[in-house]
Amino acid sequence: MASVTVYGTPLSPAVSRVLACLFEKDVDFKLAPVDMAKGQHKSPDFLKLQPFGQVPAFQDELTTVFESRAICKYICNNYPEKGNQTLMGGRDGDLLAQTSVDQWLEAEGQSFNPPSSALVFQLAFAPMFGFKQDPAAIEQNEAKLANVLDVYDRRLGESKFLAGDDFTLADLAHLPNGHILVSKNEDLFMSRKNVGRWWEEISARPAWKKVVEMQNAPQG
Amino acid sequence: MAGVKIYGKPISTCTARVLLCLEEVGAEYQLVSINMPSGEHKGPAHLARNPFGQIPALEDGDLVLFESRAISKYVLRKYKESGTDLLKEGNLAESAMVEVWLEAESQQYNPAISPIVWQSLIVPKMYGGTPDQAIIDSSLEKLKKVLEVYEARLSKSKYLAGNFFSLADLSHFPFTRYLMITPYASVFESYPHVKAWWEDITSRPAFKKVSAGMLDS
Repeated sequence: MASVTVYGTPLSPAVSRVLACLFEKDVDFKLAPVDMAKGQHKSPDFLKLQPFGQVPAFQDELTTVFESRAICKYICNNYPEKGNQTLMGGRDGDLLAQTSVDQWLEAEGQSFNPPSSALVFQLAFAPMFGFKQDPAAIEQNEAKLANVLDVYDRRLGESKFLAGDDFTLADLAHLPNGHILVSKNEDLFMSRKNVGRWWEEISARPAWKKVVEMQNAPQG
Repeated sequence: MAGVKIYGKPISTCTARVLLCLEEVGAEYQLVSINMPSGEHKGPAHLARNPFGQIPALEDGDLVLFESRAISKYVLRKYKESGTDLLKEGNLAESAMVEVWLEAESQQYNPAISPIVWQSLIVPKMYGGTPDQAIIDSSLEKLKKVLEVYEARLSKSKYLAGNFFSLADLSHFPFTRYLMITPYASVFESYPHVKAWWEDITSRPAFKKVSAGMLDS
């Protein structure tokens, strides 16, 4: 029986980041839908879980957590014996390995996330929800993202995954936006040899494939 | 224990974040100045430390690190024997809250406040440019929404992660310090618990010391 509940829809990139981590860690969970169209995410009940009125929120027997990257770290810390043991940089509190994960997770959060989220909005969500696309925003954010991916390409020429030899949260964090962007313009990633190699590897992981299945299933 | 080297500038917000942690734990460190106007941060020597060409970077023996929040965690873990525990990694529930509010700073607060500081202070002062008032105005609206959430939180909790000062609170210092020397400082007046929290954290000796190295106008 799952004592873990995730609030939100798998179509939300931030929610899918958490789901990927739960599948990597083999932690059972229940997904509680949040009806954004009806404004459920701004309801008083939901705001108690997530005061910014955003998805995901996460609850287990110990606590309630929000912000997807914080949730992922919490899952790794609270379920250390389950599933993937190297998501936070290896076992036994290896400070250097953990620090490398922190660094590249910050790079994702500070450098990759802003332009990629803007592009995801423009290329996927704007058409889906009937908003007008902004060509200038698309061009500017593609240019910013290209610079970030150039840095990644050099890094991934020296290192199998971003933080080192193992797949970690730092790589995982890129899956949600990466997945959408590659479906809209695969050139961005695949024209860069090392980024392309890395993307194919991380997106082929069984845990991510389960998330994609959830995204493709009819949303009830 | 040999000291760490920080590459950056004391007036830089992200460098200040790291210096605060070093001061809080009482660590020895050396600050190596990077000459931004001459483009030193984009030169090969610095790119080898920070491939994004930004400051700060840390060197500790063979270890080189970038991203101020990651460097901050490294410093706090390395010097945890100092008696200053700003991460609470010995307690699952507390450390979860530190991570939550550090992410809130990163993903909610920072994107709202940094364009205000950038446009109203850095653009005119560092680049001789004209502030973009539309960006400032829309960012102020976003910041007010964030401050409403913070006001509710800080009415129930002395600090962001709980009743203990943590890296989550500290991380808010640099950009807020600069907001306070812009015309937009008054936005905090509408949020009394946030204002009280700000006055509390800025009374810490580490904050006073790092603040002295930052711009005053």
